[in-house]
Amino acid sequence: MSALASAKDRLAAVRPKGRISPWWILIGLAAALFLLSVLQLVTGADDLASSGTIRATLIATVPIALAGLGGLWSERSGVVNIGLEGMMILGTFGAGFFGYHYGPWVGVLGAIAMGAIGGLIHAVATVLFGVDHIISGVAINIIALGATQYLAALAFSGLPGGGQTQSPTLRDVNSITIGPLSDALGDIEGSGIFFVSELAAGLRALVTELSLLVLLALLLFVLTYFVLWRTAFGLRLRSCGESPAAAETLGVNVYRYKFIAVLVSGGLAGLGGGFLALVASSNYRDGQTGGRGYIGLAAMIFGNWRPGGLLAGSGLFGYTETLGLRRGGESVHALLLLIAALLVIVAIWQWRRLRHVSAGVSAVIALGAAALYYSTDAVPGDFTRMAPYVTTLLVLAFASQRLRMPAADGQIYRRGTAG
Amino acid sequence: MTPRMTRIALGIAAPVLALVAAFLITSLVLLIAGDPVGEVWSTILSVPATRNIANIINSATVLYISGLAVAVGFRMNLFNIGVDGQYRIAAFAAAFVAGEAWLPGYLNTLLAVVAAILVGAAWAGIAGVLRARRGVSEVISTIMLNAISTYLVAYLLRQAAVQEQGSNIIATREIPEGSRIPGFSLSDQAGTTVYGFVFIAILLGIGYWVMLNRTRFGFDLRATGRSEPAAIASGIDTKRMIIYTMLISGGIAGLVGLPILFGAAYSYGSTFQSGLGFAGIAIALLGRNHPIGIALGALLFAFLDEQSNPLQILVDVAPDIVKITQGIIVLTVVIAYEVVRRYGLRIEQRQVAQALERPAGEKSEVSA
Amino acid sequence: MVSTPVQHDTSADRMAVRLHGIGKRFPGVIANDDVNIDVARGTIHAIVGENGAGKSTLMKILYGVQKPDSGTIEINGTQVVLGSPAEAIRAGVGMVFQHFMLADNLTVLENVTLGAERLHGIGDEARAEILKISDAYGLNIEPDVLVEKLGVGARQRVEILKVLYRGAKIVILDEPTAVLVPQEVEELFDNLRELKSEGLTVIFISHKLDEVLSVADIVTVIRRGTTVATVDPGSVTARQLAELMVGSELPSPSTETSTVTDDVLITVENLTLPSDGARPLLDDISFVIHRGEVLGIAGVEGNGQAELVESMMGMRPAVTGTVTLVDRDLSTLSTRVRREAGIGYIPEDRQRYGLLLDAPLWENRVLGHQTREPNVNGIFIDKAAARADTARIIEEYDVRTPGPDVLARALSGGNQQKLIVGREMSSEPILLIAAHPTRGVDVGAQAAIWDQIKRARREGLAVLLISADLDELIGLSDRIEVILRGKLVGEFDPGEVTPEQLGSAMTGAGEPS
Repeated sequence: MSALASAKDRLAAVRPKGRISPWWILIGLAAALFLLSVLQLVTGADDLASSGTIRATLIATVPIALAGLGGLWSERSGVVNIGLEGMMILGTFGAGFFGYHYGPWVGVLGAIAMGAIGGLIHAVATVLFGVDHIISGVAINIIALGATQYLAALAFSGLPGGGQTQSPTLRDVNSITIGPLSDALGDIEGSGIFFVSELAAGLRALVTELSLLVLLALLLFVLTYFVLWRTAFGLRLRSCGESPAAAETLGVNVYRYKFIAVLVSGGLAGLGGGFLALVASSNYRDGQTGGRGYIGLAAMIFGNWRPGGLLAGSGLFGYTETLGLRRGGESVHALLLLIAALLVIVAIWQWRRLRHVSAGVSAVIALGAAALYYSTDAVPGDFTRMAPYVTTLLVLAFASQRLRMPAADGQIYRRGTAG
Repeated sequence: MTPRMTRIALGIAAPVLALVAAFLITSLVLLIAGDPVGEVWSTILSVPATRNIANIINSATVLYISGLAVAVGFRMNLFNIGVDGQYRIAAFAAAFVAGEAWLPGYLNTLLAVVAAILVGAAWAGIAGVLRARRGVSEVISTIMLNAISTYLVAYLLRQAAVQEQGSNIIATREIPEGSRIPGFSLSDQAGTTVYGFVFIAILLGIGYWVMLNRTRFGFDLRATGRSEPAAIASGIDTKRMIIYTMLISGGIAGLVGLPILFGAAYSYGSTFQSGLGFAGIAIALLGRNHPIGIALGALLFAFLDEQSNPLQILVDVAPDIVKITQGIIVLTVVIAYEVVRRYGLRIEQRQVAQALERPAGEKSEVSA
Repeated sequence: MVSTPVQHDTSADRMAVRLHGIGKRFPGVIANDDVNIDVARGTIHAIVGENGAGKSTLMKILYGVQKPDSGTIEINGTQVVLGSPAEAIRAGVGMVFQHFMLADNLTVLENVTLGAERLHGIGDEARAEILKISDAYGLNIEPDVLVEKLGVGARQRVEILKVLYRGAKIVILDEPTAVLVPQEVEELFDNLRELKSEGLTVIFISHKLDEVLSVADIVTVIRRGTTVATVDPGSVTARQLAELMVGSELPSPSTETSTVTDDVLITVENLTLPSDGARPLLDDISFVIHRGEVLGIAGVEGNGQAELVESMMGMRPAVTGTVTLVDRDLSTLSTRVRREAGIGYIPEDRQRYGLLLDAPLWENRVLGHQTREPNVNGIFIDKAAARADTARIIEEYDVRTPGPDVLARALSGGNQQKLIVGREMSSEPILLIAAHPTRGVDVGAQAAIWDQIKRARREGLAVLLISADLDELIGLSDRIEVILRGKLVGEFDPGEVTPEQLGSAMTGAGEPS
């Protein structure tokens, strides 16, 4: 029994590896809000953190985040999914068709189902037939676009308000407003007190016309984290992305888990598409996704294949997208100053770690941003909309060494090749 | 059969298999949707009129160049998804240069073509450098660069554009007549002009084949694509090869928009055709990265596009149905090639085994 | 010569595993043919055979990874059909693979509980169970470490723990000692004896005969996919066992009279390759090789041999120090220029570094020589000349293949290696670097490759020979240097040194520490 006793002693000393707790996400959000408050104070760009901006950011973030979450499921099981865009497109049609005929919540289910069909094609091609994941993804994007255009013409032509390229107006899913609280917070926001006002704006966005789908999306993030990192099912799924050969030798049915993961992936991306049709706008339209599937993928990489990071990345992209629409020139112009300041900090930090080249690069970009800020009054809208993509490229270029994708991500696995 | 003949026979079997499968699946979709399957196919597969033939050759020319651009990358295991962005930014640059007409006549054309190649190469080169020096997947970076180029071109277009009278379409200055590339007509009817650029595309295909299959550079490129470790051990600087390949791929991509620019549109505007890069991926896969295969693939895709146009009018079916066919072809062709490849390898291993009177101890274990 | 097979008790109730008439074909290859093995419960049963004899395939069949084409498997007296590893695990079979089946980015706990979550969950209960097993068998494993942080020995113990955690009664180990240093081998054998004393059955696959004789209770020999003898380790010598394995007299690598000259061909000075950790991968390595001399490098795998070769070939940009070939300083030059200067290179992993598996043989002839006659003509590849020269290599080096258009993948390992040797000798090199030239090839090819190295030496080449096979090193080398932790730690005369002496130098046993 001594072995057991000593095992117990040592058990006390062993602490499970720390993960980023939800508190850190809240603290991060507060810090971001604080920075924006400072920036508003300095630059006078007062739409940077208004409740309207925050609400719009939330709406812009969710589709990206859901697509990214789809990517996370798929890639954690080792299947690269650039077909997310196509699955989202299928989702917009699913929401349009089922939402129009059977009401918004059936529309939600329809979006998930249509996305999952895209996932099914991807799973069959990549897992069963061993097609290169990128090729399959490209094919799905082509098929999905063609299929929705073909089906939309079939389904919506001749309906009131519908046509070849759009569905009739859809009813929105339910949303919640806590009236008194919303009004009270509105008053505080209007008071213009430094940081308090912005904090109130943030909270107000959460209690005013908050779509249930936004809540559902947040819930799915928590659920994903729990399922993938806290259950046996999740362990098996992730092991397929890390080392499918090891998983197979331990009796894990690798094909089955990859299949499930890619199906879920499609469903989530489809839900993201459905959100676009049902919440972000009020009907299905051709070209509605606008490359958000790809941004979701970028957000997932930005977030290092983890749900928390993915959410942060999606928020960043959602925010820049929002600013591009709401008096973007002025707001993004103000953000230039923040970027300059942050890059100066990065430059100093890198310099002290003796990374003189990246310190230099950061300093030069910081100077450039500052120069732009002081020499112009507004940033052209095209550059605002470019920002998320440029950010992703920069993150990839300068932080790719820190990123850690699943070890067997994108590799084609065949049954019986273990050992 | 000799190994070579076996390989050729199998090489033909795969795309045929893939096409048959794609047509069956598309028919199934039509059937489920309740559309007239027979009428759809009889419309698409009808003999095209001269005007349609000209259109098919013209769009095939464009798709062909796009396919070549993607195929160069494929030969080295590089996935240039960014042909879309590369050709758009390059076409804009060429249109701007040609429109400004700093040089007279065909010198102006030449300058514009060179500008397109350089801009396309540079844009793809960003992804190449990121991959070679920072290890960033070219798939992701080219997707990002596609989006960036869309907005960048939109911005630049607004700076450089001239307003056309009575229209809210903005476009670059029109290319002077002396700098356009003349086409040739297939018949006396109007609308049967084929781009003169088609000859340049053919030359490009020949150049592509010679470079890849006959030169030392091409050997290095293919070797790197087949096995990077073996390439390094053989003395190839694979990082430099990545950058060169992306530059070549981007340079070819830069040409994609030019047949349209110099043969039909004469200026770059906000309505310039987009999406040709993704079709190029499909066509390169279909054509197995071989210039003749790519040509056949481009003709097939152009044929499907052109012949599906009247579907809406004639049988009330959305022409987008052929996009489904095209997408499915991409999948089935890859699956078919893989099935055939495994089958072929098995035949070859058997041939090797049979050709040898195997002496004692000569036995290979298939290592997994 | 051949020892008589022992008569052992084959009554069913004592047998943990009975394999009867197992056959398995792959396209063009018969991996197993009529294999019959009885493994008694509570014994360590070794299965030996040369590379490619079909041992690994057989074990994959027993572990359900692959299905046999014919034959039956009985476990504890019951006939079973093992369709997947899951079924094998349920039948009480566990396997430690030659290439570890571990996910680097998961913790030990996650790796161990994967697939066996029903036993103790994936949380604290499982953690306690792992520590319990670890302590009981002296495995010394911490559950919450990422596997990527572990060394080779610890990874293997994790693999064993994985098997024990699942309650396996029959443990298969496929070439477990290939990656271990001798001390670790001893520890492993202690662990195995521990398992045996607990009543477990161990099936031990190896081709290292000394080890087999020291640990096994009984030995089955496999040759060309079939069982040829089952012997008692007490009654055979390693050499007799080896001859059973190959079915003939062993070729001997011994060389003829010395051809060493005073002419220095290559000088390596102060070669140092930094690493991410504290200790450099190569630490101030200097040596010379003369014309007509073979310098052997002995060392336990992973002590810098691969890095040394790659540094000399210019594949490691971070390296410092100089490499001088005759009078030319190669230190800053690219791999290609070094090859052109007259270095022939037989890389360690031929399938990864030496060949384009999906290219025809003639293209593989060009590989590494794509700037030289007869393969090129200006900037163009001369396909006809390259094909003709490939045909010459096929003829001269006895590469068994129908012709130069066959894909390299279709060839057996030995023939692939003969093609590489022929290619590297064809452009008149003055220095030949050969890393593990006979690893994983059949006996016939081994003898042919040894002949080529001897010929190279006779013709006045300098040869750098890296090998894990000490007999090969002693037989072929004129001088042996021992490499340990990236350093050259001793020079030996192969005429006098014994494998045992080399072995202790390789592990630093005699080293004052």
